[in-house]
Amino acid sequence: MDFRDTPEEAAFRKEIQDWLEANVPSDWDRSQLTLIPPEDRLDMLRNWQAKLHEGGWAGINWPKEYGGRGASLIETAIFNQEMARVKAPPPINVIGLGMAGPTIIAHGTHEQKDRHLEKILSADEIWCQGFSEPGAGSDLGGLRSTAILEGDSWIINGQKVWTSLAHVAQWCIFLARTDTTAPKHKGITYFLVDMSSPGIEVRPLRQITGSADFNEMFFTDVRVPRENILGEINDGWRVAMTTLLHERGTLGFALSVGARVALDELIRLARETKRYGKPAIEDPIVRQRLASLHVEVESLRLNNYRALTSVMKTGVPGPEGSLGKLIWSESMQRLGDLAVEILGPAGMLEKWTENPRVATWQYIHLRSRGHTIEAGTSEILRNIVAERVLGLPKHK
Amino acid sequence: MDFGLTDEQEALRKSARDFLTERSTTQLVRKLMASKTGFDEGLWKEMSGLGWMGTAISEEDGGLGLGQIELAILTEETGRAILPAPFYSSVGLAAPVIAGAAEGAIRKELLGGIASGETRATLALVEAEGRWDAPGVKAKAVKEGNGYTITGTKLFVPDAHLAGEILVVARTSREKDKTAGLSLFAVPASDKNVKVRQLETIDQTRRLCRVRFSGVTVGADRMLGREGEAWPLLTRSLDRAATTLAAEATGVAAKVVELSRDYAKERLQFDRPIGSFQAISHRIADMLVLTENARSTTYYAAWALDEGVPDAPLAAATAKVAGSEAARTVAQDGIQVHGGIGFTWEHDMHLYYRRAKWLELFLGDAGIWRERVASLFA
Repeated sequence: MDFRDTPEEAAFRKEIQDWLEANVPSDWDRSQLTLIPPEDRLDMLRNWQAKLHEGGWAGINWPKEYGGRGASLIETAIFNQEMARVKAPPPINVIGLGMAGPTIIAHGTHEQKDRHLEKILSADEIWCQGFSEPGAGSDLGGLRSTAILEGDSWIINGQKVWTSLAHVAQWCIFLARTDTTAPKHKGITYFLVDMSSPGIEVRPLRQITGSADFNEMFFTDVRVPRENILGEINDGWRVAMTTLLHERGTLGFALSVGARVALDELIRLARETKRYGKPAIEDPIVRQRLASLHVEVESLRLNNYRALTSVMKTGVPGPEGSLGKLIWSESMQRLGDLAVEILGPAGMLEKWTENPRVATWQYIHLRSRGHTIEAGTSEILRNIVAERVLGLPKHK
Repeated sequence: MDFGLTDEQEALRKSARDFLTERSTTQLVRKLMASKTGFDEGLWKEMSGLGWMGTAISEEDGGLGLGQIELAILTEETGRAILPAPFYSSVGLAAPVIAGAAEGAIRKELLGGIASGETRATLALVEAEGRWDAPGVKAKAVKEGNGYTITGTKLFVPDAHLAGEILVVARTSREKDKTAGLSLFAVPASDKNVKVRQLETIDQTRRLCRVRFSGVTVGADRMLGREGEAWPLLTRSLDRAATTLAAEATGVAAKVVELSRDYAKERLQFDRPIGSFQAISHRIADMLVLTENARSTTYYAAWALDEGVPDAPLAAATAKVAGSEAARTVAQDGIQVHGGIGFTWEHDMHLYYRRAKWLELFLGDAGIWRERVASLFA
């Protein structure tokens, strides 16, 4: 047991720290704690990823042969920690780097790898994810979009929701039913769709925060070349599992450092905000709640370390690995709740010229309502823990 | 970065589990609960023979020279097995207090005795006000010639009825700062002016006692550390004791999760295993979250204490909060998952619940340690 970096890890950490020091854009607002980029920063974020790519820091955990760095799990963790610690902007092509790319690497043909991977890394082509539907959220297997083969093309029809980045994406990973007679998980195929194809309509979906980070997508007779599928026909569910594994698996360290950064900001807020005449941090109940958050955020960090050690030693994460997103999302909600309470009556405001922090905290607070829903609701995650970690019988 | 156990540490865990599975059965727990002292001399000797008592005591002091991590491994296992022995009071609590304060001959005598298992020791800190901090200490030690005379009443002293040495925190001078003027003494429990009375403890295999010191005179050589300067050293030792408690709480919680999981798989209602109901399975998932949080924070704290990293006190407080929360919530949810049978005397669930409650409250509950967490960052 040793929580210090080895000399190699320390050297790697220093390398990314130095690079970030020299390259994080000076006009980037580092006080911004959000994960999803606002629209007006798109160009800046695209350039930022291109710069990451030039420096060899995009898709670092991808194998070298596909343009990655072949970074180990621990190096990837260190990279995510340092990015979060300096509040560096996120790479714009999160879905390409974290989901589409790894799935193409695992299941794609030579041609698909040549065609897509480099452009994902450089952010020349941004990707979005067409999985969820109005009728298929947690029960993704119930999706109803269809694809029918006509000559050399698939004809796709259907509706998708919660599609982050669809309004700026060039490509989409897309699930559609190709055999309506098969059991629901058997008749699905995984498509790579060019977003400039005729018949795709993207409508922004405004969220509780007021911003539109997500979209709805409507596909009407969209033609997709026959070869643009990942894996075999009707084997899309298995391919999609690769994607979802990456969605939940790679972000742990960034989430944990993000929560730490947010908690440190909250402690600062509690020091600087008066509550009935005294600094909020002197209020015993505020102190208890801040301490609880500290315990949760530390648990998240240390559970990640344990999971990482377990994967490195045995190839499989221990039970603690499945818990990260569940703990993180619920902690972020408690953190957001406490922040708006510390703000007092100003917690009822969306923005306040008197205090610019109100807007940031309100965004974190409102945004956190979605954390327990996206990428597996807390209920689905508890099912997974119960069934796969504890081995309890499947729920009916 | 490595959050894993070494092969030796894994082997220690395995041998501890094997031993305790065989020797620390719930039948034994029940037998000792009902006995006069709650103590099994034979079991104590066997554990001593395995070297457990000296786990975290240095080699020059007569121990094995392992560390807080190994002690956490052992106590996690004793928690799983709800070991009915004064192991925590002597090895988890008194030993680090002595190691943190004592010097010279008395240090060797006490730590050597604990390490061999021949001496059992405990700490007498809390008094009538029920506080674990310095202002709660009213007991007095007055210097007389080459010794001190101690007067006062201590409460909630763990296993004092089985201890040969009782470490007493007493005031040697009145200072404005209540953390100053406190001294630590090792008092032989056999002294005629020491009166030990067992209290009716919720966990009868981990008894708490009232100890009266009515003018007990000890030589100056039985003062551990310097006069009036005991508290800062004691605070550091209590960080160790709290981390060890958290390890034991982790063990109790982990066992309750397993028992609840197994029961939820077997127990049928409405023609289905109750574990297929999300009201049950999600509760057990949450029990697992608390248990894993306690485990992660405990082992980090143990490492931080062994390495002396600057955030060790914060890490220890964090572990104690997570341990107390896991102990309380997991044990009570374990009873709920078991339904009616879990509420009976016959079922073992209450044995775990009782130990968990003891561990939750000893050295201060989660709220008290959350305040310590806050005081360390605020």
